[in-house]
Amino acid sequence: MAIDLHKYANPTRFLRLTGVIFPWSVGVTVVLLLTGLYLGLIVSPPDYQQGESVRIMFVHVPASWMALMIYSSMAISSAAGLIWKHPVADLSAKAAAPIGACFTFLALVTGSLWGQPMWGTYWVWDARLTSMLILLFLYLGYMAIWESFDDQSKAAKAAAILVLVGAINIPIIKFSVDWWNTLHQPASVATLQGPKIHSSILTPLLVMGLAYTSLFVSVFIIRVKAEILGRRLRILRINQLQE
Amino acid sequence: MLTSFVALLIRDIRLAVRQGSALTMTLSFFVIAVSLFPLGVGPELSILARIAPGVLWVGALLACLLTLDRVFQADYEDGTLEQLMLGPLPVELVALAKILAHWLTSVVPLIVVAPVLAISLNMPADGTWAMVLALGLGTPILSLIGAVGGALTVAMRRGGILLSLLVLPLYIPVLIFGVASVEAAIAFLPVAPHLLLLGGLSLGALVICPVASAAALRLAVE
Repeated sequence: MAIDLHKYANPTRFLRLTGVIFPWSVGVTVVLLLTGLYLGLIVSPPDYQQGESVRIMFVHVPASWMALMIYSSMAISSAAGLIWKHPVADLSAKAAAPIGACFTFLALVTGSLWGQPMWGTYWVWDARLTSMLILLFLYLGYMAIWESFDDQSKAAKAAAILVLVGAINIPIIKFSVDWWNTLHQPASVATLQGPKIHSSILTPLLVMGLAYTSLFVSVFIIRVKAEILGRRLRILRINQLQE
Repeated sequence: MLTSFVALLIRDIRLAVRQGSALTMTLSFFVIAVSLFPLGVGPELSILARIAPGVLWVGALLACLLTLDRVFQADYEDGTLEQLMLGPLPVELVALAKILAHWLTSVVPLIVVAPVLAISLNMPADGTWAMVLALGLGTPILSLIGAVGGALTVAMRRGGILLSLLVLPLYIPVLIFGVASVEAAIAFLPVAPHLLLLGGLSLGALVICPVASAAALRLAVE
């Protein structure tokens, strides 16, 4: 790889870099979120079958993209943490978990609100819904294991092992709608034949996806920064006690 | 290497058998948990026949979950585990031997009792053999994944609840395919696809879980 990733394993350099990115990512989030909502809620036409309730999609679909993406990124950074023992990699996986859990929860809630008018029920035990629920439990288990170790470096390793074992679930969720013929519709954006939906709907969907991504980046930076500073504070306190 | 693997396996099985109580307790838990369902749902035979596959699978899964903390806990507490890990056998194989011993002593008895319970729940005979096959193929996954959770929580004082939170989500695919194979057999649909998927999951877990358990054990004795 051309870029030397190890350079960013240094917490100070990481903090400086994220300090530069942060104002931009917040600005981009606000602009994209407003554009996406305007395009999705006002400009895009109502569906010929689903009517106005199709607009839930613009909140629901990007949230589930994020839920999967964040878990994958946690798996990658946990693997990096295990292999190269980068402190920032462990911390970034830890910082991403609650955000991912929130997106998963959002995807489940909006999905069930959308399911009520469309399918006539808030919840069905179909493959996609069940595997998203498992994903939520995986996030919760991951957060719980961080809490249950006193030693932070041990907690990081245990959590990394867990997240890598759980990562097997990601392809199952992604392809569940293709493998099992269930109520949830099959993939219609990222297919081999290209997107199967009209651009008037696809554009706001992608804008919302980008908005969620930059929202994630902003919140993620705040959380990693808080983790690094919290750790430094603890070391300072311990030093003070020793003196 | 094989001799020490077999020696460790035999030692663990002998320990489980001589302790005795553990084996019978798991079995009685399974029987009692399953027999709660007719009391809760009502003795109507058609309903019982309908829910029998799911009840038996969930019962087996919970009974297995109860015994998971014993896979590594006792050896960790008296220091045997550290001695084993210092020995010539790779930690991955130590973990695999213990997982295999757990499966043979805690889970196989459940599979043996399951057909009897299936009859008591009025499950059609076509489903029974499919269930025994599916349990035989699927329960090794329970032991394998459970061992990862057991190894992660071995050093904690009250790891039991955390263990179930970590392990149960990963058990769900096994439950889905296991129940699906039994229901397919009852409905005279092809059973093989579900069984093949269970077998595939089993083989995948056989590769990944001993390595993950070994990593977690190294962390625990650090």
